[in-house]
Amino acid sequence: MPTVTMTVNGMERSGNVEGRTLLVEFLREHLGLTGTHVGCDTSQCGACVVHVNGTSVKSCTCLAAQADGAEVTTIEGLANGSDLHPMQEAFREHHGLQCGFCTPGMVMSAVDLANQNSDPSEHEVREWLEGNLCRCTGYHNIVKAVQAGAKAMGGGS
Amino acid sequence: MNDFTYHAPTSLDDAVAALRGDGGAKLIAGGHSLLPVMKLNLAAPSALVSLAGVPGLGDIADGGDSVTVGAMCSHAQVAGSAVVQARIPALAAMADGIGDAQVRNAGTIGGSVAHNDPAADYPAACVALGATIVTDRREVHADDFFQGMFATALADDEVVTAVRFPVPGRAAYAKFANPASKYAVAGVMVADGPAGVRVAVTGASGDGVFRVAEMEAALGASFSGEAVAGVAVSSDGMLSDTAAGADYRAHLVTVMAKRAVEACG
Repeated sequence: MPTVTMTVNGMERSGNVEGRTLLVEFLREHLGLTGTHVGCDTSQCGACVVHVNGTSVKSCTCLAAQADGAEVTTIEGLANGSDLHPMQEAFREHHGLQCGFCTPGMVMSAVDLANQNSDPSEHEVREWLEGNLCRCTGYHNIVKAVQAGAKAMGGGS
Repeated sequence: MNDFTYHAPTSLDDAVAALRGDGGAKLIAGGHSLLPVMKLNLAAPSALVSLAGVPGLGDIADGGDSVTVGAMCSHAQVAGSAVVQARIPALAAMADGIGDAQVRNAGTIGGSVAHNDPAADYPAACVALGATIVTDRREVHADDFFQGMFATALADDEVVTAVRFPVPGRAAYAKFANPASKYAVAGVMVADGPAGVRVAVTGASGDGVFRVAEMEAALGASFSGEAVAGVAVSSDGMLSDTAAGADYRAHLVTVMAKRAVEACG
């Protein structure tokens, strides 16, 4: 069994995995980081979005081995202790969630957008969230939250 | 998904050697075409050979009358490349319409052309623009490279290293996308370039990308949306699924072709 080592939320983590072990399986089942969700398992719904080397990817369609040596950030890595990340705070403030299943992926995707664009238009947010499905909210409050979160981040994560 | 051995070579030679050392081995780039089919057990390679650690496959170069895109360039890199945006804006726009943001961050041009999904966007761009697929050992024109659904001219141990696109005078891509996957239900790239006017269609046919000679002739005589609007394509051999039946796909080809021509300006 190959060993993979990656920096997850700032800490070096290693584990023995199979070749077929997905990154999301490594995060959830080996590291116990269950904030990253598996929805469709077909790279469409976006519940599993994490950052690998600073960009958002779908961890259900990435092998753990492909992330060997990478810097990975999950939803658990955003908050600073009890202080929510500005994007998380914006989702709370604007009620950008109902059941919450899609929220970790939504937030991680939104942070990637905000890192590139500190003042995205509604259209830009909706286009960006193409790969994040929410079956509760109708997206309106998510879009508001992402716009507010991006402004609060002020161009930095 | 069946298990497999994972190789992470750091040179092209080592990647080829790993392929030759295991007849069931497959290359993996971004994995966004391969991993989904492996999850469905439609592919069950005994080994995966990653190209992520092989240097020199991630560059985009302006060659004057052509643009060369390294095989490991992600769709997001192609979409965001100043060179591609300036020289072949239709290609940048096409890449920006693949899947979604996360898919574009991971999926690669090399993986897309090597996989040759009949609904992928890049095959239409390669054929319409008259691209050349560069491998570790030769160069293959797009016309000869794509050989039907999931089939290409690649040998089992051959590695795509880049795709070279001639710069067209004008080009545009129009796609009717599957609302869930963003794969093309019908996608048409129209290019007016060094090889004349070319119209290449993806997503519609079970045989993958194809050209529409009648549309090309019509556009050669008069480059306008009206010239192709009356050219119907046969529904014989068209894909038929929950997204669209064969007749509707055939209809969409003409509609997308007209939109692409009109977008050429």
